[in-house]
Amino acid sequence: MARTATAPGVPTTLLGKAALEVDDRLIVAGPLRRTLNKVFPDHWSFLLGEIALYAFVVLLLSGTYLTFFFDASMREVVYEGSYAPLRGVEMSAAYDSALQLSFDVRGGLFMRQIHHWAALLFVAAIVVHLLRIFFTGAFRRPRESNWLIGVVMLVLALLMGVTGYSLPDDLLSGTGLRIISAILLSVPVIGTWAHWAVFNGDFVGENIIGRFYIVHVLLIPAILLALIAVHLLVLVKQKHTQFPGPGRTEHNVVGNRLFPAFAGKATGLFFIVFGVCAALGGLVQINPVWLWGPYNPAQVSSASQPDWYIGFLDGSTRIFPAWDINLPGDYTIPALFWPTVVVAGAMFTVLALYPMIERKLTGDTASHHLLQRPRDVPVRTSLGVMALTFYVWLMIAGGNDVIADKFDISLNAMTWVGRIGVIILPPIAYVLTYRMCLGLQQHDREVLEHGIETGVIRRLPHGEFIEVHQPLGEVDAHGHGQLAYGGAPVPKKMNQVGGARRAIRGFFSPIEEPAQVELEQRREEHGPAAAESSRELTTSGRPQEGGRPQEPRD
Amino acid sequence: MTTRETRPGSTGGADVPGPLHGGPDDDYTPEQLAAISREDLDRLGAAYDGVQILHVDPGPEPGSAVERRAVRQVGLTFALAGLAAFAFIVIYVGSGWFLPDWHWEITEGGWSALFTPMLGALMGLSLVLVGVGLVLYTKKLLPHETAVQDKHDGSHFDRVTTGATLVGGLHNSGLARRKLITRSLVFMGGGLGLMLIMPLGGLIRNPNTGDPLGTTNWGPGVRLVRDDGTPIRPGDQQPGSLETVFPAVPGGNRQADAATMLIRLRPEQVAVNRPREGQDDFGYGDYVAYSKICTHAGCPVSLYEQETSRILCPCHQSQFDVTQGAKPVFGPATRALPELPITVDDEGYFVARDDYPEAVGPTYWNRERI
Repeated sequence: MARTATAPGVPTTLLGKAALEVDDRLIVAGPLRRTLNKVFPDHWSFLLGEIALYAFVVLLLSGTYLTFFFDASMREVVYEGSYAPLRGVEMSAAYDSALQLSFDVRGGLFMRQIHHWAALLFVAAIVVHLLRIFFTGAFRRPRESNWLIGVVMLVLALLMGVTGYSLPDDLLSGTGLRIISAILLSVPVIGTWAHWAVFNGDFVGENIIGRFYIVHVLLIPAILLALIAVHLLVLVKQKHTQFPGPGRTEHNVVGNRLFPAFAGKATGLFFIVFGVCAALGGLVQINPVWLWGPYNPAQVSSASQPDWYIGFLDGSTRIFPAWDINLPGDYTIPALFWPTVVVAGAMFTVLALYPMIERKLTGDTASHHLLQRPRDVPVRTSLGVMALTFYVWLMIAGGNDVIADKFDISLNAMTWVGRIGVIILPPIAYVLTYRMCLGLQQHDREVLEHGIETGVIRRLPHGEFIEVHQPLGEVDAHGHGQLAYGGAPVPKKMNQVGGARRAIRGFFSPIEEPAQVELEQRREEHGPAAAESSRELTTSGRPQEGGRPQEPRD
Repeated sequence: MTTRETRPGSTGGADVPGPLHGGPDDDYTPEQLAAISREDLDRLGAAYDGVQILHVDPGPEPGSAVERRAVRQVGLTFALAGLAAFAFIVIYVGSGWFLPDWHWEITEGGWSALFTPMLGALMGLSLVLVGVGLVLYTKKLLPHETAVQDKHDGSHFDRVTTGATLVGGLHNSGLARRKLITRSLVFMGGGLGLMLIMPLGGLIRNPNTGDPLGTTNWGPGVRLVRDDGTPIRPGDQQPGSLETVFPAVPGGNRQADAATMLIRLRPEQVAVNRPREGQDDFGYGDYVAYSKICTHAGCPVSLYEQETSRILCPCHQSQFDVTQGAKPVFGPATRALPELPITVDDEGYFVARDDYPEAVGPTYWNRERI
């Protein structure tokens, strides 16, 4: 027997040889295989966090571009750029460079708007991701640490937003800075000291833009990057949660391997997120700083609203009553302190501690890897909807002047609507959600017991009309289903249990033979075709009992 | 992987595993692995990672109509993405060269107004199409497999052995017995930590030095001037009007807390005007001057509704009544706008008689004490 030219297992292709050279030096084959083999659950809601990640990548790319042109200085200059209405106006170098970037850099405005849109998307994706984690109970042991990291990242994202939109030093951002200054001053005992530390003196000083800049482009992004890395490492280590379903247990993950299916979809999603940011950045104007003009402490424009994610603080500030607390010794706790520092602090503290609070209240300290459907945990779901109502209502109150203007309502009435609503709406939301959860639970049980409504009406010999129900499994002597509820969605329509054959593919003309599809379905035991072959034909073509739940009769 | 070196320390050559190496390399020799098919190798590796491939739905049959159609779709999507990308490049590079200039003029529509939207539309289209193409590829042309991966809680063996190593190291260090070292370590750590954050003290400044929060540039004899620096005489304004004035000092119109509203009351407002206690003489004739900086969050209160004598802050909708000493009548503000005492100088121009009697702007902890 002739010996082969090479030893077994030694690569013969160029690519194989290159891979061997790399692995000889880095020993990555093992970890790489483990990564490629990691199984990701196949459910859209697991992609929400990825949208946030990709928006962050877009932010890093576009933000780096902006730093090439932005001058974070409050030095007074006279604008000489190409935007005629502001020519000759005194302004800070920061605002000047923001205008230069918008009007005199090729594609600069486009990049600035991509950055702003990506920022809005970033926070929105984080919030929606957080809601998914919350309502499905994915934060339970052992994932409390990742929940905590996530909440910290949300707060950092908000700080990123605030420091970011303060940078251009236009009239709107300056008004925001003034309010930030007032909030700092409102902190009891250390307020003025904190203000002097942040602003390096009285408002507005000459340092704040430069300080916000370095916080915005270095400090917070670095912390965020580190936290993202930890967030993902913990995720890989703990593996994904998954919704309950066939074959899914607390000890496995069912889905796609990273390579190639998941990698393809995830890369596709990245491009779509990037593309949406780019399209928005070019097509939809955002924060046209040239219209606001340079910051002037004596000027303000009406309808001054912050970006959406800070809107809730603006709203709470607008509807909070004028309650200064005067303490002995002529000390004051300003009214502004409560709706800003205290409300925000309390909201994020409760949010961060929620897994611990729930663990304490329910006494559930077990590890959970299967998710819960919101309806199955009515108290948590209702609490979440209550908090969400509170948040959204505050956000709406933050735009009460716009609503009053557009709908011709008294501004003072809108303020009172906000005040009353914030007290009565959350409890109402709680009760309604609780009832809805119970109703949905009942419906699931009902379908399991009595079967799916088929929409087929049948007349019984004695004249009674009944709707035929399709049981989901074996039935007992009374016609009641024997299936227990397993935490997974219960089919409620006949199509979901293969009541119809799948559509024939093709847009203008069919590209597959209907007969072939029929055969394929029969082979896979789907649809009516399969059912027909395994059922004795009755005259009506329906099950003998009509699926009607039989009342026990005496 | 060969070497001709024979000197000490330059053995080189094959990587011969030691007796403790173990693992899959012992279970499968290169010859065995070479005999296994690629699919089985994939599954074998997956099995080592706790992954089992349950079910593979093969992609469309090669050469079938379904495949040809999917390939056409994906190919077309990628081609369009490339087309949009090149269109972006043409517009980006060509504007101002062989295409009209991209510099936007406020008077002009046309190309310059379309430049940014075109960039966005083309880049957005291109990137979204790449994404859509990838998703189509994955969904329509790749085999769909269902894999299941085992999930383990922490390993008891790992915990016990790691614990033994850690406790062993700690035990050998003798830190539990050598109290002097532990205590000095705590002392050192605290000191070092504090020392390293000490330079942040450079940020700390005393907000009470010179009372910057309680004082403004206003003072006895300082003229009230407009934004452009012109002084104001009584009678320059109509009754019911409001004008923003600044102290006549260099940079006075850029001061954060000096902006003041000079309001000429209408006769019926004068009749009901009730200044704050002890400030009856702060106005001059039918003129009153109030700080423009809201006592709530510091925004300039700018919307004056003379019919109701109310001044509205657009930030949080606090409302102040100018005929009641500018006290807050609605909204979150708690304090009246401070009133500037004014009079007229020898030349007949408005001047301040003094600085504000209290701090202007947002309330703070020790405001009442200064």
